[in-house]
Amino acid sequence: MNWIALRMLTGDKAKFLGIVLGLTFAAMLIAQQGSIFCGLMLRTCAQIEDITGADLWVMDPNVSFVDDVKPMIEANLYRVRGVEGVEWAVPLYKGQGRAKLTTWHWAEPRPKSPTSPRTKVQQEIIEQVVMLGLDDETLVGLPRKLWVGDFRDLWRPDAIIVDRVGLRKLFPGQGGESSTDPEFLKSFLGRELEMNDRRAVIVGICEASRTFQTFPVVYTTYSRAKLFIPQERKPMTFVLAKTKPNESPEEVAQKIEQATGLKAKTSKQFVWMTINYYLKFTGIPINFGITVVLGFLVGTAIAGQTFYNFTLENLKQFGALKAMGLSNMRIVGMILLQAAVTGLLGFGLGVGAAAWFGRATQGGELAFYTPWQLLPITGAAIVLICILASILCVRRVVVLEPAIVFRG
Amino acid sequence: MLDSSTAEREMVAGVLAEPGLEGEVAIRLRDVNKTFGTGEQTVLALRGVDWDIYRGQLTMLVGPSGCGKTTLLSVVAGILDCDRGGVVEVFGSDVARMRGGAKTRFRMDNIGFVFQQYNLLPALTAMENASVPLIIAGVPRPRALERAREVLTSLGMGNRLGSLPSQLSGGQQQRVAIARALVHEPRLIVCDEPTAALDHESGQAVMRLMRDAAVKSDRSVLVVSHDSRVFHFADRMARMDDGRIVQVRSQVGSAQEPEAGDVWEAAARA
Repeated sequence: MNWIALRMLTGDKAKFLGIVLGLTFAAMLIAQQGSIFCGLMLRTCAQIEDITGADLWVMDPNVSFVDDVKPMIEANLYRVRGVEGVEWAVPLYKGQGRAKLTTWHWAEPRPKSPTSPRTKVQQEIIEQVVMLGLDDETLVGLPRKLWVGDFRDLWRPDAIIVDRVGLRKLFPGQGGESSTDPEFLKSFLGRELEMNDRRAVIVGICEASRTFQTFPVVYTTYSRAKLFIPQERKPMTFVLAKTKPNESPEEVAQKIEQATGLKAKTSKQFVWMTINYYLKFTGIPINFGITVVLGFLVGTAIAGQTFYNFTLENLKQFGALKAMGLSNMRIVGMILLQAAVTGLLGFGLGVGAAAWFGRATQGGELAFYTPWQLLPITGAAIVLICILASILCVRRVVVLEPAIVFRG
Repeated sequence: MLDSSTAEREMVAGVLAEPGLEGEVAIRLRDVNKTFGTGEQTVLALRGVDWDIYRGQLTMLVGPSGCGKTTLLSVVAGILDCDRGGVVEVFGSDVARMRGGAKTRFRMDNIGFVFQQYNLLPALTAMENASVPLIIAGVPRPRALERAREVLTSLGMGNRLGSLPSQLSGGQQQRVAIARALVHEPRLIVCDEPTAALDHESGQAVMRLMRDAAVKSDRSVLVVSHDSRVFHFADRMARMDDGRIVQVRSQVGSAQEPEAGDVWEAAARA
């Protein structure tokens, strides 16, 4: 009977498309909004993920997320180094500074005329930046990828490394944000910025994960970072530590907390601490949750209503099949098969559309990340929609008297 | 052993049947009642129907609207339960006492249906529609389709095997429905107003097919009809009124269209 069920389903193409589109819409909305939500959450902790080499973060006990910078005295670095199980520990400065630079862009003639040439206009830019000051000797915390330049150039005087996407804000209108062409990116090397009345020279362009605040990320050494920001009494914001081999990072983190009174987290714990902060104290999850729930409800309404109407319109046919000896169980099987096929199609198309959307916006402003867990969640939502839609139909068909076929 | 009341009913059923045409009984109905609704809304659709229907005959059930014809047809076909106590014996099996799956299987094996509105599956071709009872019975699809092709060809539909119902005329759709009713060789074929949606010519053709293809010595055909133009196809005709069989007449099914004022039309109007 399966082929009959499928032929019945696809026989009315408009209704079939209606059901599939309803489910596609729901799947796409759930997968797409879920991916944007995950992407945003990942951005909140992007800098934790970007720091490699160390497996422990030590911070002021009142820090609740990675951007919640609370300075510590530098003596804490030595206290952490003294804890059993710590192989090494280095300081990390993380804070915000202001970069001032003079740049230029091409201005279109006004009024527009093909004969009038474009003019080069100078402009002064003051831009907020996220500054990461890495340990002077080891440079622990360097970004994973350098497009142009050399990490060792950070030891040169006044050297800084800027993230590729940040070029867009520092040098607007010069195409730096979209290009990964090394030759083009090289044109930014050697350009100067002014930070806290001090000269800074770009020696490299790196790839850094986008941050939630979207500020350009500037890497320099720890000692130089202290110069690039207004003088503070307690400049150190984090201590990055590495546990000894055969030691558990979680246990060492606990030992650090007990010995120093500071907060110590593994990178993974710090990521979740940051995400939990955003989940708890911002409206982001509620906003996205509402959109996902709406997608689910709209999908249920469209697919459920169309599927139910489809069953109602076929009620006489189902009645005839029952009269001819088709059992309720087999009719339920037919309906479930129809629901499964439309669900599978809707899920595939919806997730595919969401993936296409993610790919089309890759590298742009939109935060988009689809963890594998989102696929079974979307699948479960679609299964739930199909079950809800089927329950009504199954009930209607099971209680149907086959004698209906003899009524006019 | 029959008790006294059953014996009395047997006698009544025998009296209603015109002598001379009784063959082997295919369907035996005794004290069949059907009530719809409860309290003040109660409707007695069947009131103690006693009737025998014979094998090898086309039996027609006639009567005014609302007299209980379709209800009786549904009870005989096993798609509607009668009230407790009645006997609905179809080819030796008491359908009234069957429940759930047993009844469903009985219908699948023994009964073919022809409906007023055809009830063909719109997405299936004529051949696929005709094969449905075999598919329900678990016959492999290629064999079911082959058998459906044979039956449709025998009914003059060999050139429309791949047509969808929407591409067929009413008469052609009813022929597909007849093929569907015959394809699994059921012992009882029930037809509800098979010519009601057809013009005169198509109606005559459909009934002629029904007589030629459906009526066999080991089969019984029960037709409910309002259409006096097809009464002459019946071997026996029963008239119902107010939930009871009030008259049973028989004739040799001639399939010849009668002159106006024929005795069967008169009987139907009576």
